[in-house]
Amino acid sequence: MRVEVDRDTCVGSGNCVHFAPAVFDQDDRDGLVVVLAESPEPALRAATRTAALNCPVGAISVDRTHSGSPPVRPAP
Amino acid sequence: MTETADAVTTGTERPDFPLDRRRCPLAVPQEYEVMREENPLAPVTNRMTGKPVWALTRYRDVRQVLGDPSMSSNARNPSYPAQFHVPEEMLPYIAFPFPAMDPPEHTVRRRMVIPEFTAARINKLRPRMQQIVDTQIDQMLAKGGPLDLMAELALPVPALLFCEMLGVDPVHIGYFRRYAETTTGRDSSQEAVAGAIAEMDEFLDELITEKTKNPGDDLLSRIAARLPDEPTLEHEDLVAIARVLVIAGSDTTANVVSLGTVLLLQHPEQLAELKADPSLWPGAVEELLRFLSILDSATVRVATHDVEVSGGTIRQGEGVLALNGAANWDPERFPEPEKFDIHRNAEGHMAFSYGNHMCPGANLARMQLETVFRTLFERIPDLRLAADVDKLSYMFDAHAYGLHELPVTW
Repeated sequence: MRVEVDRDTCVGSGNCVHFAPAVFDQDDRDGLVVVLAESPEPALRAATRTAALNCPVGAISVDRTHSGSPPVRPAP
Repeated sequence: MTETADAVTTGTERPDFPLDRRRCPLAVPQEYEVMREENPLAPVTNRMTGKPVWALTRYRDVRQVLGDPSMSSNARNPSYPAQFHVPEEMLPYIAFPFPAMDPPEHTVRRRMVIPEFTAARINKLRPRMQQIVDTQIDQMLAKGGPLDLMAELALPVPALLFCEMLGVDPVHIGYFRRYAETTTGRDSSQEAVAGAIAEMDEFLDELITEKTKNPGDDLLSRIAARLPDEPTLEHEDLVAIARVLVIAGSDTTANVVSLGTVLLLQHPEQLAELKADPSLWPGAVEELLRFLSILDSATVRVATHDVEVSGGTIRQGEGVLALNGAANWDPERFPEPEKFDIHRNAEGHMAFSYGNHMCPGANLARMQLETVFRTLFERIPDLRLAADVDKLSYMFDAHAYGLHELPVTW
């Protein structure tokens, strides 16, 4: 699993940190998303997907190509 | 079927929305159920303006509309389905806060405040929040029941913390509350709203001028310090930002505390589980937020082009009430939505809205609610209502649903 974020789209809701605090954080200076774990370990993948699906602006994409599944990209 | 639901379903008339009554005071209006099934894009009348507007009640439609950046939040648009009495003659002059704006104006203003609400910053506030809650509960225990939980705990706790965050003397809490009541009151006259805004702007203008000259370690000082880096913003824009913060941090959390306390006391088995295992509180708070959806009708938009939803087409220039409480009770997304269940996965609820206007203070609210509820039921485990649940003073007609007072004892 590979995590990508679009900081231009991010609105700093902090929802991703709420769902997956080991994978996402917010930059102290601008409040926007920071990825802590670009390739989250298996135990964190479900929470990472939840964070991606619940990002209010679809700024998180989770690529699951390595596990053979299609990429999950939340609707904008 | 109620008359309102009947009218909405058959399209014979456009009933006034948001609704100002509930058959079951702790549930979202019952009419939503029929609307969701039979008329998910319902033609209604905006009670605030008397103008026609659509009401959406299905989860996927509400989520689509709130998540669509082309659905405008611009309160200057004459078709914007305002939920406040904004005096029309003030429309061209009033500096709207960013929730009533679209990108790019919205983006630059929102970005002024989001560093203040990061999860890390909110976590650092936990010990102080705990102290504030403990102090209020000490006072409650010293006084003894019965007392009004709204006045003794639900209102002061979030307000005290928020004043410290903003860097404002808590002596102004009462003023902020009256301001919120006037400007969000459905019965407030346009003159009263205009007067309250002008007075608050003067107050905040002075305050921010002082914070610019003599900055402290607080939110308003830091946003004032960021101003020189934002060429498109002026001092007046900070005043407008502060104006919305004053409202947002005033009653919202308090209403979830009061209604949430009633709901939890109605579910003693689940409350017992929470007392025995405090790690269940974060999940319970999400379910409380979903179930209560106190800002059901705060999520409104106006279409800037034709948009297809499951019930039909919203045409360019038409307003829409994307009822987040109706969405949060859509059985397609949350099975048996009327069942309060702390073990439910309430993830994806839109009580904080959705899209680029999602509440920047969501994690602050979550932290506050967890601390208040956990501490309240830990320190006063025998807490109970001192009035009949059906006879409580529910604010059926308010912008943010809640209680005027909540008599409790132990």
